[in-house]
Amino acid sequence: MTDVPKIQLTGVKKSFGDKHVLRGVDLAIGKAESVVVIGGSGTGKSVMLKTILGMMNPDEGSIKIDGVEATKLSGRTQDAHLAKFGMLFQGSALFDSLSVWHNVAFKLIQAQHVARKEARERAIATLASVGLSASVGDLYPVELSGGMQKRVALARAIASRPDIIFFDEPTTGLDPIMADVINELIVKCVRELGATTLTITHDMASARKIADRIAMLYDGAIIWQGHKNDIDHSGNPYVDQFIHGRAEGPIKMQVKKF
Amino acid sequence: MNPLALVGRTFLEFLKSVGHLAWFASVSLSHCVRRPFYFYQISRHILDIGYFSLPVVGLTALFTGMVLALQSHSGFSRFDAESAIPTVVVLSITRELGPVMAGLMVAGRVGASIAAELGTMRVTEQIDALTTLSTNPYKYLIVPRLIAATFVLPLLVTVADIIGVFGGFMVCVYRLKFNPANYISQSWHYLERSDFTSGLWKAAVFGFIIALMGCYHGFNSKGGAQGVGAAATNAVVTASILILISNYLLTGILFVDK
Repeated sequence: MTDVPKIQLTGVKKSFGDKHVLRGVDLAIGKAESVVVIGGSGTGKSVMLKTILGMMNPDEGSIKIDGVEATKLSGRTQDAHLAKFGMLFQGSALFDSLSVWHNVAFKLIQAQHVARKEARERAIATLASVGLSASVGDLYPVELSGGMQKRVALARAIASRPDIIFFDEPTTGLDPIMADVINELIVKCVRELGATTLTITHDMASARKIADRIAMLYDGAIIWQGHKNDIDHSGNPYVDQFIHGRAEGPIKMQVKKF
Repeated sequence: MNPLALVGRTFLEFLKSVGHLAWFASVSLSHCVRRPFYFYQISRHILDIGYFSLPVVGLTALFTGMVLALQSHSGFSRFDAESAIPTVVVLSITRELGPVMAGLMVAGRVGASIAAELGTMRVTEQIDALTTLSTNPYKYLIVPRLIAATFVLPLLVTVADIIGVFGGFMVCVYRLKFNPANYISQSWHYLERSDFTSGLWKAAVFGFIIALMGCYHGFNSKGGAQGVGAAATNAVVTASILILISNYLLTGILFVDK
């Protein structure tokens, strides 16, 4: 890769007390590339996203966005850093006190100072791009089904046309058909935007659909990464166990015995 | 376990909490004087904290004034000092009972509500979502509540003072058969401006404490429903205790040390 990676993590470590969540993560994501990080619960996937966003400072290591160091930012440099990102949260994280269109237009109004009328029009257009009608814009999140909330959250993540989009478990809690609809929408929207994406998920069907490249995080480090078509013959017993969902294998679930 | 170690650990935890709260308060205050300002949010919280607290504060003040008149009469009649009742009522209400009762009632109504709302936003990742939407949670969530509560509590206490004095007047005139003109003249004659303004200063401090405790406990809540419940309880308890402690300190500063 001759170009400067869009996102580059080198030796990123993060601990909480004596719990070492990230033990040296190395990952590079190219411009307009879609990387999916798979891994079991508690392996540090969400912490990794939060350190890249600057919501947590890593204890050690380097995080570069467009070749610029992004750890320990503050003030306007952090605002400029965050302006590059959009994020779809696992539970959608829609603001329940705001209407759907206002949720979608939130960044446009609050951070980019777009006039409310224009922001509303752009929000309605973005809702249409994820298959929701204009009438949904006036509803509140609590009035929507889980699948519709995910679509609204996707619309909110892409409304400001960010360079980088993070997807945190985008299909969790959805039925297989709605999960596939969300996956299709993610692929379509990301392709249209030309954005770089980083997705964390347990859902292998989702990973295969969204990813250009898949990486596996285990015990706080990336233990395998490669093209999505190579994952079925990775030669890595941890990856094999995970993608086939086997209880037996090198990954031991930490279940307390009574 | 060594009991001394337990005492030491508890004391260190207490110091850690105090330090954390002081840091939270100083960061919040620093954002109070830095742009952007969310005026719509401030006005929304002024309405919520001020206008919607009027019924509970008004009723509390009314009955406090009425009971105060009855109790004063029962005590003062033992040494023929009934004529002092209007003065006792107006000074007690404006200096102490108005601000303290209003503060405690608002702490129960608003402190719990702020903590529960922010706590729910924390556990559903809405606060993280704000950050990814390039909006500082301190500026958008904390500062408007702090400003609104600090400015609106003195207004609420003004209303509470009027209603409380009116409650005493009603009891004295209609039940204890005082002369209404004499009652008003007696109340007005001994009332000084500082009696009223000292109550307003106290109210502003109480308003700040209520919002700070609600925001602090809600913003830092952990876990699910149980964490949100604990945040609401802690917000009310700590705000109520701090109101009573600061009332003593302020009384010393405003009246005794002069």
